[in-house]
Amino acid sequence: MDSVRSVYTTPSSLTYCDLPWIIQHREDRCTLCGRCTAVCPVNAIYLTYRRQRVPKLDVLKKKRGNEYRHFVGIRQHTSIAKKCIGCGMCSSVCPNEAIGPVPNTNEHRTVFHQNQKGEAWKRGGRRNKSGATILDRIAFDRISMLTDPALDAGRHEFSLNTILGRVLPPEEFLRRKSAGEWIPPTREIFPFIIGSMSFGALSPNMWLGLLQGVAYCNEVLGIPVVMATGEGGCPPWVLKSPFLKYIILQIASGYFGWDEIIRAIPEMQCDPAAIEIKYGQGAKPGDGGLLMWFKVSKLIARLRGVPEGVDLPSPPVHQTLYSIEESVMKMIQTLSMAFGFRVPVYPKISGSTSSKAVLNNLVRNPYAGGLLIDGIDGGTGAAYNVSMDATGHPIASNLRECYLDLVAQGRQNEIPLFAAGGIGKNGNVTQNGMALIMLGASGVHMGKYIMQACAGCLGNEKGRCNVCNIGICPKGITSQNPKLYRRLDPDDVAQRVADVFMAIRTEMKKIMAPLGRSQSLPIGMSDALGIDDADVADRLNIKYIC
Amino acid sequence: MCRLALKSSDTPFSPYEVLQAMEAMQEGYDGSGLGLLMRGVQFTDFNYEKDKQVILSGIAHTEEALSRLNGLMEARGFIQKYDHEFKVHPEMIEASDRFKYIVRVYKKPEGMSEADLEESLMQTRLFLRKDGEDHGGDLTVFSFWSDVVMIKEVGWPLAVGDALSLNDNRIMARVVMAQGRQNTNYGINLYACHPFFIQGISTMTNGENTAFVPIKEWLEGKNIPGYTGYQSDSEVFTHILHYVIKKLKLPLQVYKHVITPLKSEELNNHPQGDFLQGLRVACRRLIIDGPNAVIGTLPDETSMLVMDAKKMRPATVGGKPGTWAIASEMCGVMAMVPDRDPAFDFQPMREHTVIIPPDRKELLIWTQFDPFTLPQAA
Repeated sequence: MDSVRSVYTTPSSLTYCDLPWIIQHREDRCTLCGRCTAVCPVNAIYLTYRRQRVPKLDVLKKKRGNEYRHFVGIRQHTSIAKKCIGCGMCSSVCPNEAIGPVPNTNEHRTVFHQNQKGEAWKRGGRRNKSGATILDRIAFDRISMLTDPALDAGRHEFSLNTILGRVLPPEEFLRRKSAGEWIPPTREIFPFIIGSMSFGALSPNMWLGLLQGVAYCNEVLGIPVVMATGEGGCPPWVLKSPFLKYIILQIASGYFGWDEIIRAIPEMQCDPAAIEIKYGQGAKPGDGGLLMWFKVSKLIARLRGVPEGVDLPSPPVHQTLYSIEESVMKMIQTLSMAFGFRVPVYPKISGSTSSKAVLNNLVRNPYAGGLLIDGIDGGTGAAYNVSMDATGHPIASNLRECYLDLVAQGRQNEIPLFAAGGIGKNGNVTQNGMALIMLGASGVHMGKYIMQACAGCLGNEKGRCNVCNIGICPKGITSQNPKLYRRLDPDDVAQRVADVFMAIRTEMKKIMAPLGRSQSLPIGMSDALGIDDADVADRLNIKYIC
Repeated sequence: MCRLALKSSDTPFSPYEVLQAMEAMQEGYDGSGLGLLMRGVQFTDFNYEKDKQVILSGIAHTEEALSRLNGLMEARGFIQKYDHEFKVHPEMIEASDRFKYIVRVYKKPEGMSEADLEESLMQTRLFLRKDGEDHGGDLTVFSFWSDVVMIKEVGWPLAVGDALSLNDNRIMARVVMAQGRQNTNYGINLYACHPFFIQGISTMTNGENTAFVPIKEWLEGKNIPGYTGYQSDSEVFTHILHYVIKKLKLPLQVYKHVITPLKSEELNNHPQGDFLQGLRVACRRLIIDGPNAVIGTLPDETSMLVMDAKKMRPATVGGKPGTWAIASEMCGVMAMVPDRDPAFDFQPMREHTVIIPPDRKELLIWTQFDPFTLPQAA
């Protein structure tokens, strides 16, 4: 036995079975082609030569000895920086199914050491809390079958769109119409919206694929899908194209990309769908956007007007923010004016107990075109782990409270509420979205689901992948490295966008038809909802069912 | 499902005729109650003058409620001119707590503007209703308005008519609308029975309004007096009609545009498309959903019929100059106006509003694709 002092160990020394993902490698199948080691985004595995001693005992000759066998194999690094992220790219390239990561079912040690050199853990992805969400558990239980002829999801006509933009009370609408006064702009859009993911966070191919898909949905399928840019502007060719009308431009606290946008206004062929002012996001409430230096490529640097290769942390608040009133007044009004009062402008905030305060302020602001609330399950390109996992408010009760607050004031038709944060987290995108709509949302924004469904994002809530922040996305979705993003064909992404929205459209009808709804989106139809938890039912003001 | 029947005629007729038409339509229908509304009322025992008098309709369930009612009306300064006594056969009535069916004529208060009077009449009705609810439901009030009589009761419609001797011609009317069901989907509540009434406007519906809760929440949020009750999902149709005509002061044509707006691609080609698109957005919480035929009447004896956008609850209108009928079944129309030419019967489609105007000379059929004049849309 070695003495204790000769064993090489430090506080952060780990073995491969301490890691969240353990590489299983079958030597008998491996052809040593090297593809797995070449593709691994974090260099977690390496090819190595090993020597194995084989004791040899010749009984007849009464001789003892050893033989040594040499073999070549794949091994796993155990340092924190190179720990396996479980993306599984090695298995996807292996010709012989010889390698793949398996989740460590025991607790793993890395969580205690993710702060090397005093750097708190930053990552991309989502809130790593797996299991069915509250939204997943909501059932649509008010079925019109015998009480009235059920609708036919396949044959009847359905009106599925929603309204984005400030809606006047009917009396005021009529008064202004007679007087020839300004009527706030509204947009008729599909209630499932591709949520804000910036041009810096997503690769150019991903962005192009999404936009192609959105254009196809609008122009060929007749589904008026819109997508939101995150902070960071919009490519100039899009700003000057007729596709801008499918785009919600976001302005956030870093104001990145807005020089380009403002300069492009005179050359715009059409107005954007809307302007989103980001005050907060569900993944990292109270924290500004973060584009880490890995992803600030030449193109991104040019778009954002910054040097290449520097971290771009946006401030947590807007520079103009002195008070809600001042901020809302200044920003909403300024942006409305910039686009000639023809474009709805609305704020995006993170779910929080203060959402109602913001909402009530917006109700009194005649220019506010809606409110987007992003719940704790929202995803992001980069954030501190603690922000992502533990900061924020779940969307269901937050949205519901805000909606009921509007109902109490009789203003529920005026400020459309949009909800985000974990919609489709477990794949049930239409069910989750419709549940929120019936709780009072006018529509939902989804980001992670789109990345997973339309581009094959490998991330999950069990810590898989989650490296969107450092530009090494193995699928090329969130990387600015051409070697990586070339893996993603924009045409394929566009095809998947069309697939996804066609399927959502069908599922919406399959939910609405049994409820007897076809003429309008069932916003606030809470009598159709039930959940198998009395406390949640009580909180959301819906039925308890069991 | 609810049987619906409406008859409108130049000469007053017995409401029993409409009940007989409902009997003709009995197949496939629930017969759990009767809701009846009469306009153009004529009493044999009293010379009713609609310009000078208003009528209170309801039920006093106990003697104490009746005497309380007398006191309350007196205290509010209403002078009773006539008390209609139905020849009641209590043994034919399912319910036992019916002390008196109230159809009482009061002198119309003088010296008030039209708007104040309308407000006062409705507030009185709401006050009496509240008073009844505060006393364990011993007083039910259906309407308090000029030239409107309402009766609501549990039981087979024709049997209710017999029990109240409606065939004795002591009470007749030029417009009668009747509905044959209590709200058996939920608990029986007389207030849940169609037709519904607010400030002279009344509608009845068959079918389920699946968009009920969001519409109800929106109407309640307007804090408009009288937008209460909602024991039935169909009551919102009446209040939407009231809101469109009385609050928004829009013409009757617009009602259909509010409850079942045209699609965007249709409005893009409509002469008032821009206005109607804006109206659809502003009134989107009032879009109804569900299989419904809505039959309504207005104070000037106009009758109307509209369908839901899927036309899943058909209704028929037919008749001849001077007499018209609307019913949820063709045989109902046949029973009410047998001597008409059935070839001219009309079954409205999703875009139609059928109007029987007060002169009853011919049907008006509006479609939503028609242009109309409206200053706001100019």
